[in-house]
Amino acid sequence: MRVLAVMLLASATTPAFAQDHSGHSMPPAKPDAQTECEQEVAAHRAMGHAVPKGSCPPDTPAEHMGMDHSQMDHSQMDHSAMGAAPIPQTPPPAAAGSGPARAADAIWGAEAMRTSREALVRENGGMNVLWLQGDRLEYRAREGHDGYLWDVQGYYGGDIDKFWFKSEGEGTFGEEAESAEIQGLWSHAIGPWFDLQTGIRQDLTGPERTYAVLGVQGLAPYLFEVDAAAFLSNKGDLTARVEAELDQRITQRLILQPRAEANLSAQDVPELGIGAGLSSMELGLRLRYEFAREFAPYVGVEQEWKLGGSADYARLAGEQTGVTNYLAGIRFWF
Amino acid sequence: MSDLMLSRRRMLGAGALGAGALAMPAWARGADLHGGMIRHGFDEVSGRDIALTIGEGHRLVQGRSGHAVAVNGSIPGPLVRLREGEPVRIAVTNTLDEDSSIHWHGLLLPFQYDGVPGISFPGIRPGETFVYDIPALRQSGTYWWHSHSGLQEQSGHYGPIVVEPAAADPVQADRDYVLLLSEFTPLHPHTIMDKLKKGEGYFNYQQTSWTDDYPLSAEDRRMWGHMRMMATDILDVTGSTYTYLANGRGPEEGMEYLFTPGERVRLRIINGSAMTFFNVRIPGVKFWVVAADGQNVRPVEVEEFQIGTAETYDIIVEPTGEAQTIVAESMDRSGMAVATLASRPGARASVPALRDPPLLTMADMGMNHGDMAGMDHSAMDHAAMGHDVPAEEMSDMDMGGMNMRDTSLLPPDVKVGPGIDMVSMNPLDRMGDPGLGLDKVPHKVLTYKDLVALVPNDDLRRPSRQMEIHLTGSMERYMWSFDGKKFTAVSDDPIRFAYNERVRVKLVNDTMMAHPIHLHGHFFELVNGAPADRQPQKHTVIVQPGGSATFDLTADEEGDWAFHCHLLYHMHSGMFQIVTVAPRGSEPDVQRVGED
Repeated sequence: MRVLAVMLLASATTPAFAQDHSGHSMPPAKPDAQTECEQEVAAHRAMGHAVPKGSCPPDTPAEHMGMDHSQMDHSQMDHSAMGAAPIPQTPPPAAAGSGPARAADAIWGAEAMRTSREALVRENGGMNVLWLQGDRLEYRAREGHDGYLWDVQGYYGGDIDKFWFKSEGEGTFGEEAESAEIQGLWSHAIGPWFDLQTGIRQDLTGPERTYAVLGVQGLAPYLFEVDAAAFLSNKGDLTARVEAELDQRITQRLILQPRAEANLSAQDVPELGIGAGLSSMELGLRLRYEFAREFAPYVGVEQEWKLGGSADYARLAGEQTGVTNYLAGIRFWF
Repeated sequence: MSDLMLSRRRMLGAGALGAGALAMPAWARGADLHGGMIRHGFDEVSGRDIALTIGEGHRLVQGRSGHAVAVNGSIPGPLVRLREGEPVRIAVTNTLDEDSSIHWHGLLLPFQYDGVPGISFPGIRPGETFVYDIPALRQSGTYWWHSHSGLQEQSGHYGPIVVEPAAADPVQADRDYVLLLSEFTPLHPHTIMDKLKKGEGYFNYQQTSWTDDYPLSAEDRRMWGHMRMMATDILDVTGSTYTYLANGRGPEEGMEYLFTPGERVRLRIINGSAMTFFNVRIPGVKFWVVAADGQNVRPVEVEEFQIGTAETYDIIVEPTGEAQTIVAESMDRSGMAVATLASRPGARASVPALRDPPLLTMADMGMNHGDMAGMDHSAMDHAAMGHDVPAEEMSDMDMGGMNMRDTSLLPPDVKVGPGIDMVSMNPLDRMGDPGLGLDKVPHKVLTYKDLVALVPNDDLRRPSRQMEIHLTGSMERYMWSFDGKKFTAVSDDPIRFAYNERVRVKLVNDTMMAHPIHLHGHFFELVNGAPADRQPQKHTVIVQPGGSATFDLTADEEGDWAFHCHLLYHMHSGMFQIVTVAPRGSEPDVQRVGED
């Protein structure tokens, strides 16, 4: 029993012929998968050297297919290192396409397969996602009457195309809202990190304005979340807004978020109290604690400035041109 | 010999120890699983006809509860014990209120019984029974089964397969156990998918911060920020939600394998998780790896190995002392599954603490310059290049001059777009790599280059062509694909092979994550430097971040087969394709080694 139970170490039964070249001390032949030449070229490219495509002729499919082997200079190849002639990267042979388009149809019937085939596509990359975020929902304590602010957004769609919705506004308690707007945008991925967004913005306070919107939103190098958009109003006025946020993790759950916003205008818009140029700036700092990724209360401080012509309009109206807000709010998404 | 087999079989049954041996499980009494509590661990089913029932119920793991899908009332579901050379009929009944399926992972069989809805068959509708009529098995070894519908696999729909060899097993042991690694989460799998899509790093609570202990300089941190990527992006879903399981039991639930000192124990280790690579070790104990993906290999003595999702390794260990702990640590070291080799019931050894989480390195970005023998070194400034310098020490490097997404390096059939956030600059073959975080441990760790087939392969033809498939992704958008094209874009355009065609396939990983790539219905041979007739056969291959892996495939199983990343949410995001092998038609078969 004990003898039987002893594991028959397989090497003992290995035929001698196979052991000839199995010596582990022998360096294994360089795999053909990447020839020396390819490795060299890749290394050069990695260092920023320009190496033209096709510098390794034997493995480049386009060149290879129409290649006249008789004119190749074999003397320059190191056959011993490559083992043998490289394996060509050619398209599949004609026989590869000889079968039915859907092998299972012949067995289970095309109709029986249809539903599951559609589900397979849906379940392997075809999903849509619904996202809603309250980025800033905050109480703003300041000199005089305290105020409030909301900044929410969301989307529904797939990886490339989405319907994007945004709304923000602010006001002072006991008064009519100072500003409120809503945007409906088509959002299209233009790279791994940025979406191009276009659509309509409607202002809900003050003089009625509707805008065409064109902007980009995404993640810039160094992980800045950026939202920049230009707005063309139904009165022909062109304005723009740029927002940037950066999450700084102090711990895994305590996050400090500097935030900046700049508003620009191509012209004076007296009705809205906006002067041409850089019309207003905000700089804020929010410290949030993520009880869950989706739910984080925060405190913070933010400074607003009206600049240039906008500051003049504000003074004329008897308003302050700079305000410091002390903030308490929640950030959430689902 | 037959006595030995019987004894081994008896021992295997003992693997369910601690399950609370129910004389008659609920499913066997015909009870409704709805609302029932799902058992840990598994029974065994075998014979010419096998019946499996897919149900749902509640699950309790170390005090955490959640909804789960179970087969025959347990998680993992029953061990399906088969025998080489014998056919089997498996009747699978679906009592869920959604479609389901079972895929026999690693079994060679006619494609219509492979169990992938939409490719092999229509799936199993609620209330229906589907019979998998599998002809005489052409293999032996350790495999597993799981759902290929929706995300049911995450919910518990999986179990082990052992195919007994027709002849004497070259691997002999006194005890023969299954160790199936998986995860439990109280979250619904669709919730996990949703969070991954919306929140970058949602499950990662080991990110860099102002207060972390990572050996990263300020320059390194700026470099990672500049790339908009995370050095801590090791696994997408982590111990922040997962409890890691050994045969369905959490680390505190006492999974135990009995042995008598002096015995050889065979452990059939299956990674049946949805999203986790595990580092498996028995601290202080060397063991032999004797099979990979069910195929015997020349025994390799190691102290640790990394197992990708869907891979299997059989090991032989001779435990000593009263007890030894088997540790399966998640690759990001956010948790572990634990089992004990115990010389008596209840014996325990100490459980080591989790090791420090690893960080991605230069090689994971595809910037490992590797062996540049033959290059003109005189013209190079190695210090400036950061030659062989890990990421945490590469502050001399000017990242501004590096383009991490040079799409001109990609072949023309790769679609460049928002779904590609990185292109490996120098995708070296990384099959000699032990896996993320294991390159500096002070003991021997298995690599693919250690694997040598035990018996010679039977198709020694040199491949007639080579193809390259790029693994592509966009972390921020959580998009994953082959060649930049999600399955939605190529569902009518499969990868085609002629019958019996022999093709060399090079997988190039243009992402910073390791992907376990699985081809259904075939074994391919890793081109790992082993002699051509001894290239190890596998059904799943890990392609390391920024690197490549190459295999030779004899496409001799006709029909349509799934080909995908076995990380469940990568597959669900689009990293999936169909491989079509043309019908044999009138083509003559290929003369195989050993055939007359």
